[in-house]
Amino acid sequence: MYDKHLSSQFDNELNRVSSNVLELGGLVEMQIRQAIYALSEFSIEVADQVEKDEGRVNALELEIDRELSNIIARRQPTAIDLRLLLAISKATANLERVGDEAAKIARMVKRIIDSGKSRLLPTGELRHAADLAAQQLRRALDAFARLSVDDAVSVIRDDDQVDAEFDGFVRKLITYMMEDPRTISAALDLLTLAKAIERIGDHAKNIAEFIIYIVKGADVRHGALERVESLDR
Amino acid sequence: MEVATHVPQAAIRGNGVSFDQERLALEIKNLNFFYGNGFQGLKGIQLGIPEHKATAFIGPSGCGKSTLLRTLNRMYSLYPGQRAEGEILFYGKNILDPSVDVNLLRASIGMVFQKPTPFPMTIYENIAFGVRLYENLNKADMDERVEWALAKAALWGEVKDKLGQSGLSLSGGQQQRLCIARSVAVKPSILLLDEPTSALDPISTGKVEELVHELKRDYTIAIVTHNMQQAARVSDYTAYMYLGELIEFGATEELFFKPKRKETEDYITGRFG
Repeated sequence: MYDKHLSSQFDNELNRVSSNVLELGGLVEMQIRQAIYALSEFSIEVADQVEKDEGRVNALELEIDRELSNIIARRQPTAIDLRLLLAISKATANLERVGDEAAKIARMVKRIIDSGKSRLLPTGELRHAADLAAQQLRRALDAFARLSVDDAVSVIRDDDQVDAEFDGFVRKLITYMMEDPRTISAALDLLTLAKAIERIGDHAKNIAEFIIYIVKGADVRHGALERVESLDR
Repeated sequence: MEVATHVPQAAIRGNGVSFDQERLALEIKNLNFFYGNGFQGLKGIQLGIPEHKATAFIGPSGCGKSTLLRTLNRMYSLYPGQRAEGEILFYGKNILDPSVDVNLLRASIGMVFQKPTPFPMTIYENIAFGVRLYENLNKADMDERVEWALAKAALWGEVKDKLGQSGLSLSGGQQQRLCIARSVAVKPSILLLDEPTSALDPISTGKVEELVHELKRDYTIAIVTHNMQQAARVSDYTAYMYLGELIEFGATEELFFKPKRKETEDYITGRFG
């Protein structure tokens, strides 16, 4: 999409930091998948693994930040390069938060298993929401790899689906709690877990917004998406 | 107004001023320039240079940016055979009109060159020499003018005790500021800076850049530079030129963040092959 720089070293640096972002994305995506698995199979071992992977996520985040400051200090990037680096910085922070949310899910899964109330609660429906959120993140990362505005826009539009799943789940959880107050404590953990899934969807949406920022130079956060179509080039 | 085609329509973010509200010190209309051998150095340039702002010209070697600067005070007419067609309106008056006195013009539109060019005279005389061509000042007034000009160029503190020494005894950065002081001394309304820092070290460069910020309160600045980061640092507006054409003109922060033309983006990001 963009021509090479006169400095091939500059290209190498940008490529390296971009692929590190994708690697980080792959890592947190795997965390989500494992957390979902831990939830559906009530597996303490897998939940433990999700928490362990946090160390790798954090280390990669630090490495990306180091690379970014290096490039900015040495290259004084402008225009598309500057927008790419700013977006990578924010996307990285979002991905690291996704990792935190996945770890939070793993922790909640363990508490729910410990409570012994796991079979009484509608965890199956959460799997659907979690799959949806993980899919959103996958699509956002694909769109980032290809710098595709169209794909980014559809990720942003589809965030409503994750939100709707969350709202529906909360309503359902309330009926369970009303029917059997013994489930309340586990249900509250499940609520935290559902909120974590909803937040993952939000982070995916944020990353999609940064893609539009890179390509179009337009900030579409806070509901300015309608303007994207009217932008030139 | 024809110039409007190259005037950025968007409001300049940050200070709430839109270009439409800017008063133009210079309006360049359909400017073509030919060297003595018939080569066309500038092609149909349309551009407004706003008053009391710094406008930077960037582009690869041979793009015509220095040539354009040299038309703005008719410096080119020192070379036989070179000619400019079109209009350059200096507050409405076409300076390409043959009836314009180029000496008076150059007092109003001063120029500072790439290499510092102090006269082989004392520091004091470097300033006073130009002033005498246009004004008849007594000793006290001339002393005051010399101090004023040197202060404007942020040089007074460094030379006030050695005004009798040769201008050539100064460092490169000081010499360049002396040249700026010399241009300022005749109270021009526009200062043309042709790569003013390309021969200077980073500290002297920083001082000259700081000076641009100070000077634009009183003067309109047009600066040609090979250093894109310098254009980004000092200018309010930037023009990107290539092969004698104006490719893009806009508010500096927009041009360096999200240029409208791919050619501009390629050049400022170092993708220019």
